[in-house]
Amino acid sequence: MDRTGTAVEGVARAGAVEMSGAQMVIRALKDQGVKHIFGYPGGAVLPIYDALFADDEIVHVLCRHEQGATHAAEGYARSTGKPGVVLVTSGPGATNAVTGLTDALMDSIPLVVLTGQVATHLIGNDAFQECDTVGITRPCTKHNWLVKDVNALAHTIHEAFQIATTGRPGPVVVDIPKDVQFKKGGYVGPASIRHRTYRPKTDPELGQVVKAIDLMANAKRPVFYTGGGIVNSGPEASALLRELVKLAGFPITSTLMGLGAYPASDPQWLGMLGMHGTYEANKAMHDCDVMICLGARFDDRVTGRIDAFAPEAKKIHLDIDASQINKNVRVDVAIVADAGKTLKEMLHFWKTQKRKVDAAALAAWWKQIEQWRGKNSLAFKNSDKLIKPQHAIDRLYALTKGRDVYITTEVGQHQMWAAQRFKFEEPNRWMTSGGLGTMGYGLPAALGVQMAHPGSLVIDIAGEASVQMTMQEMSTAVQYELPIKIFILNNQYMGMVRQWQQLLHGGRYSHSYSEALPDFVKLAEAFGAVGLRAESPRELDAKIMEMIEVKKPVLFDVRVDPKENCYPMIPSGAAHDEMILSDAEEESAQVSEEGKMLV
Amino acid sequence: MSAAAKSPSIERHTIAVLVDNEAGVLARVIGLFAGRGYNIESLTVAEVDHAAHTSRITIVTSGTPEVIEQIEAQLGRLVPVHRVVNWTTAKPGIEREMALVKVSGTGERRVEALRLADAFRARVIDTTHASFVFEITGNPDKIDAFIDLMRPLGLADVSRTGVAAISRGPEPM
Repeated sequence: MDRTGTAVEGVARAGAVEMSGAQMVIRALKDQGVKHIFGYPGGAVLPIYDALFADDEIVHVLCRHEQGATHAAEGYARSTGKPGVVLVTSGPGATNAVTGLTDALMDSIPLVVLTGQVATHLIGNDAFQECDTVGITRPCTKHNWLVKDVNALAHTIHEAFQIATTGRPGPVVVDIPKDVQFKKGGYVGPASIRHRTYRPKTDPELGQVVKAIDLMANAKRPVFYTGGGIVNSGPEASALLRELVKLAGFPITSTLMGLGAYPASDPQWLGMLGMHGTYEANKAMHDCDVMICLGARFDDRVTGRIDAFAPEAKKIHLDIDASQINKNVRVDVAIVADAGKTLKEMLHFWKTQKRKVDAAALAAWWKQIEQWRGKNSLAFKNSDKLIKPQHAIDRLYALTKGRDVYITTEVGQHQMWAAQRFKFEEPNRWMTSGGLGTMGYGLPAALGVQMAHPGSLVIDIAGEASVQMTMQEMSTAVQYELPIKIFILNNQYMGMVRQWQQLLHGGRYSHSYSEALPDFVKLAEAFGAVGLRAESPRELDAKIMEMIEVKKPVLFDVRVDPKENCYPMIPSGAAHDEMILSDAEEESAQVSEEGKMLV
Repeated sequence: MSAAAKSPSIERHTIAVLVDNEAGVLARVIGLFAGRGYNIESLTVAEVDHAAHTSRITIVTSGTPEVIEQIEAQLGRLVPVHRVVNWTTAKPGIEREMALVKVSGTGERRVEALRLADAFRARVIDTTHASFVFEITGNPDKIDAFIDLMRPLGLADVSRTGVAAISRGPEPM
């Protein structure tokens, strides 16, 4: 039944235009509206690169590593709402793309990755640069295909775009053997697509929507908890969310992936929730009586200890993916649908049924929240000698405010500080690796963002450890004149690892200190980029301005306090109301044995 | 949190999955179970409609009610899946399994094996002076019971098909 050996079959269709498989790839990309692709050539994709050579519409960005190409495509996709497209060769080309594929799967980013494969008659023979690409990428894609028949190629590529971009978005792989790229067959356009089984459900059940607004109208201590699903649904969903939140007057918090869907400057905004979320956001989540979860998935970084998560709350959960419902947390009202469509219906029923909130209860709830806010949980002790990393981000925010800014990050303390302190007003402005936590994501992601938005200010808030993982992509930035700004909070440690070792492992800093770091200024110069360094708070502002003004890629080495910790923090295995707010509290914090087992 | 969320009760469920018969579809289903740590007690698979290009996979699995709910949802997420039906909860289903059971021995044990086989309506499909191969069909519990009875009588080999299941009444899946 598992018809291995036949793979995707196709038939020559009437009216199809004859061309080579390689030409079909280029034609299909153009018919899908693709303007930019990120890739790296190799033996098994040479025919496609040859077809690309003959084409002058699609811009190919030559990355320095296939992982870089996938993250660049992710940044491109996240900042535009369009799919990111990657072209790589067989074997190592495909295996190097696996981290980006997994990252995109975890964060629901639409990617179409085309991989070369050895010729069909060599498959299974351990040929040079052969690997089982569909086997390796099966668990890290939304779907994948091996196309063994040139007459199935065009149809498969169109299907790949459809699956990557609809429903819950995600990465797909189309594996194309080299002989299929050479063979001639019939090309069909995107209109030919009607998938046999794939029917993502996007319209909400109205009965569930009414149940949801019933709960909202009767709530005494409500909170909106929103996620990346709002951003993925498109700018309209963010606009509708703002309208609903304003209309209801409820507080709102968001996951890491959802930042920007609701403006951070608004008084109803509580800041990010979760392990490094604000005190008020987590306390509101813990004490709420109605939780309205829109496009988020009750991730362990958000919930903390699951049996102590929002113990008194009735929970509404909207997700486009039915498998997220009741996965980590059992909910009371489930809506499986697109976020934008659901928000539209929620607003419709709220208005036409003239719903009112319990104003007195809500006023008392806000009073309580203001008290929590008064803790000022993101406060830190600044210094006039050492640059505090929080201060560096605050200055970066202040000096770029009002500009057309996109932020990417690597993974670790700097990422959390950026999420806490950089105020996002619009969706699609914040690109970060949430689910997989991929160090090395931010620099190539910034490339992709800059490619899509050439006139914008694109900044990677980085750590010195993460950024070295994909540093080679500076070369790509120089080649394509992409003036990305790499803002490195250099504390010489893998800061988050060091922080956990301090909290959980008795301060034994096993291999979390980088004994030898490159001179980032010289490194930038070696790449043909601009290097900057700031060592004292006094020079920080001027250097940030210099970074903004220079029209070239910049590596900015910001030497920060090496021992600063990221607070607030819910230690693993603890509940939302067991936050650590400072170093002083951390010393007395007890982490349970079960908690130590968690990541 | 409902009380059920903490309930450790493990249930056995039979789930049918109608899939497009495309390359790698079985690997997707099995990979899902392996990757997410779900159990497979038995799995049967065959094409059921050549013209429509569909295969049916029947999986017997076990887990808490929450895990079973996740299994159904995760299966439904796979692109080539047409339908997922839980015969244990959604509709009353009938389950059957077939086994080939080889019993070696002579004398009184051989006679006893044949007598028990008759009681279980197992058919003899191969005979030598020192062995029988029985073919037995029934629900998995009946087959378990038969195999247990054959063990002291010279059970030599067992091959089981895994469960096939279908709903009662006139409706299709």
